[in-house]
Amino acid sequence: PLGNHAGRSWSRVVTEEVKTGTTIIAVEFNGGVVLGSDSRVSAGDAVVNRVMNKLSPLHDRIYCALSGSAADAQTMAEVVNHQLDVHSIEIGEDPLVCSAATLVKNISYKYKEELMAHLIVAGWDRKDGGQVFATLNGLLTRLPFAIGGSGSFYVYGFVDAEYRKGMSRDECQQFVLNTLSLAMTRDGSSGGVAFLVTIDQHSTEEKIILPKHLPKFFNQ
Amino acid sequence: MFPCLNPSDVQDGGFSFNNCSRNAALESSFSESSSKPPKARKTGTTIAGIVFKDGVILGADTRATDDMVVADKNCVKIHCIAPKIYCCGAGVAADAQITKQILASNVELHTLNTGRPPLVAMVTRTLKQMLFRYRGQVNSSLIVGGVDVDGAHLYSVYPHGSYDKLPFVTLGSGAEAAVSVFEDRFKPNMELEEGKQLVRDAIAAGIFCDLGSGSNVDLCVITQAGASFLRGFDKPTTKGRREGSYMYKPGTTAVLTKTVTPFCLDVIDQSVHAMDTK
Repeated sequence: PLGNHAGRSWSRVVTEEVKTGTTIIAVEFNGGVVLGSDSRVSAGDAVVNRVMNKLSPLHDRIYCALSGSAADAQTMAEVVNHQLDVHSIEIGEDPLVCSAATLVKNISYKYKEELMAHLIVAGWDRKDGGQVFATLNGLLTRLPFAIGGSGSFYVYGFVDAEYRKGMSRDECQQFVLNTLSLAMTRDGSSGGVAFLVTIDQHSTEEKIILPKHLPKFFNQ
Repeated sequence: MFPCLNPSDVQDGGFSFNNCSRNAALESSFSESSSKPPKARKTGTTIAGIVFKDGVILGADTRATDDMVVADKNCVKIHCIAPKIYCCGAGVAADAQITKQILASNVELHTLNTGRPPLVAMVTRTLKQMLFRYRGQVNSSLIVGGVDVDGAHLYSVYPHGSYDKLPFVTLGSGAEAAVSVFEDRFKPNMELEEGKQLVRDAIAAGIFCDLGSGSNVDLCVITQAGASFLRGFDKPTTKGRREGSYMYKPGTTAVLTKTVTPFCLDVIDQSVHAMDTK
């Protein structure tokens, strides 16, 4: 009958939830952090946005990386952004990265059955310098680096082998790009361009790296 | 006057699952009586939008479907939210329409409250917060486009509440057909006529290549000067006019011979049944 070309019927309405099937990574260096992400957003088989920036600001020197359900992750980031704004006005100074991560963790934990999103929180504050926090499923843990998203499974071995303590800012950026490039090649749900955010005491620098400028590995 | 939930009331917090248990009970009672629950009419649609030099152009097809039957050949899918912000809806027709109506009311209240013309970002945020609260049960995907003090903006919002801000967007069952036209020919800062033609072509791709979309192309052009809704901008599927006639004139075929054989029939039986016509 009609409507089943390519094995898919037109009457399927796009209620396939929009996911950010993703690769995200954050690394700490002495004096700051580097965050990286890919840019692909998929709904079922289709890519609905090929240039989404998944590194979302929570405050001037605190960013989070989004993964999982696009709606849940975007909403969590917006809610925490609002809560941090209020909190920083109340205390009269810039918030701590730990505070931001705790706010994210509180939402993740309280609504862990309803929400399906993982945010990695990273930033710089005056008290502890650069910090990276993972908040998967409502836990809160500080790590030297964190990876997340569907593409992260392909690069756990790589990051475990290649990470060294005491990397400089440029070495961290290269480490992040290498990881993203490998994951984007192997994971179907990750791709597009790479976004890079470097946060330190003085500035927050955002960069876009086009596919042709990403590091190339075997068979590319 | 019975009390009803005011959509512009701010919710206390948490998620609104009021009707889920009712729906689950109804569905199970339907399956017991072996009849099917009523299917929601979907708009199986192609909607698209671009940002061009002076503003945004939104486009939509005009077919509304009920499973495999076209329920409405010329429905309107582009609605006004504010004087210079319009919204196209795809997904379940009722959900899309009511969402747009609620959105338009809330945006007007907000405008009166603030005394300023609304921002497209504000419309998008109101919309996505409402959709997120309903966890995707309100099955409508919408394209929000308009011009405000910050310039021209275009957002696509999905049923679960996620949104993307892009220079060109397509949604609906014909989205894949339409986005291929944009990926090929979109350029930043296009002129008005070029932009209208591009959006028309993208919707036409959906009309021809997607079974759920059809009939005409509606466009809406929004610039700083205002919005103009071009209903029926293009009708690529009008039936062609027949150029000739295939009817033969009486007498075309010549009669060579004619034989008449009468049938002589007798009445055997006759019965009368009166009808009760009261």
